[in-house]
Amino acid sequence: MQSVTELLSWLEATRLAEFIRESEWAFPAVESVHVIALALVIGTISIVDLRLLGLASTNRVYSELAKQVLPWTWGAFALAATSGTFMFISQPQTYLGNLAFRIKFALMFVAGVNMLVFQLITGRDASKWDRDAAAPLAGRIAATLSLVFWIAIVFFGRRIGFTTMPV
Amino acid sequence: MLALAQWLEHTSVSQEIQKALWLIPLLQTAHIIAIAMVLPSILMIELRILGVGKSLSMTQTSARYAPWLWTGLVLLAATGLGLIVGEPKRALPNPAFQIKMLMLAVTLTVALAFQTSLRRNIAFWEGHSLGRRLTGGFAVIVFFLWCAIAVAGRWIAYVHIA
Repeated sequence: MQSVTELLSWLEATRLAEFIRESEWAFPAVESVHVIALALVIGTISIVDLRLLGLASTNRVYSELAKQVLPWTWGAFALAATSGTFMFISQPQTYLGNLAFRIKFALMFVAGVNMLVFQLITGRDASKWDRDAAAPLAGRIAATLSLVFWIAIVFFGRRIGFTTMPV
Repeated sequence: MLALAQWLEHTSVSQEIQKALWLIPLLQTAHIIAIAMVLPSILMIELRILGVGKSLSMTQTSARYAPWLWTGLVLLAATGLGLIVGEPKRALPNPAFQIKMLMLAVTLTVALAFQTSLRRNIAFWEGHSLGRRLTGGFAVIVFFLWCAIAVAGRWIAYVHIA
């Protein structure tokens, strides 16, 4: 634990962290990038989830749709993670102690596990069902959970701002 | 604008929104979810215009994403209106808000004009190489205009009015 605290203090003291903390425009700029990136993450994930549920893009083969859309999800996720890290290092102690922040990261972890389980089990034999109107039950459950988790992640993400700094 | 904000602040609807502490964050969350409907829909349509993902025709792509785009825009307007009524002084007199609305008007005009022209002069836009290049350029510009609106929106929280 000691080393984590040390690492956080070191991060907080870096010139980058100081700049984000003290500049008038750096934090809002990083936060704007974060909003655009997360909108792209959630919107593109939803395209895939709605296809699994059989609610949209049903005229398309699931695997082809996922192959076209998911690279954008991952690109946007990298952008969201980077901008999120920049915001985090500006006040690491404050964020770690923030309840909304903790819930958000717990939810991100669960969303990640959900995705992994889907990829390893249902996603594995996608070729058997990817022309069907909807995925098998396990896939539909994973898609529903994914939609619920990501919406909750947005809510708790926004709550962080209300409990730490200007809204 | 400040006078309007002051009047709005004292209306009963505004008072109710102010009283329910969880309502503003909830409206903001819905506003962000709506952005998540709009931006990726625009991205998918613009990518198709740029020639990515030709497994769907332009018409099919538009049929898939345009309803989500419009639903998202309506949800954005509704939640945005709720946020203005709930915190009129934070929004109306705020230069970031005013710039955002101006950019919104410009973007909607450009996007609609582009769409109308695309439909009417399909031979020019898709037939000639110059037309195709212009179409691609427009698609990229429109996408970044929408992103700029989101940036101006986030900035509302950081511009403080005396």
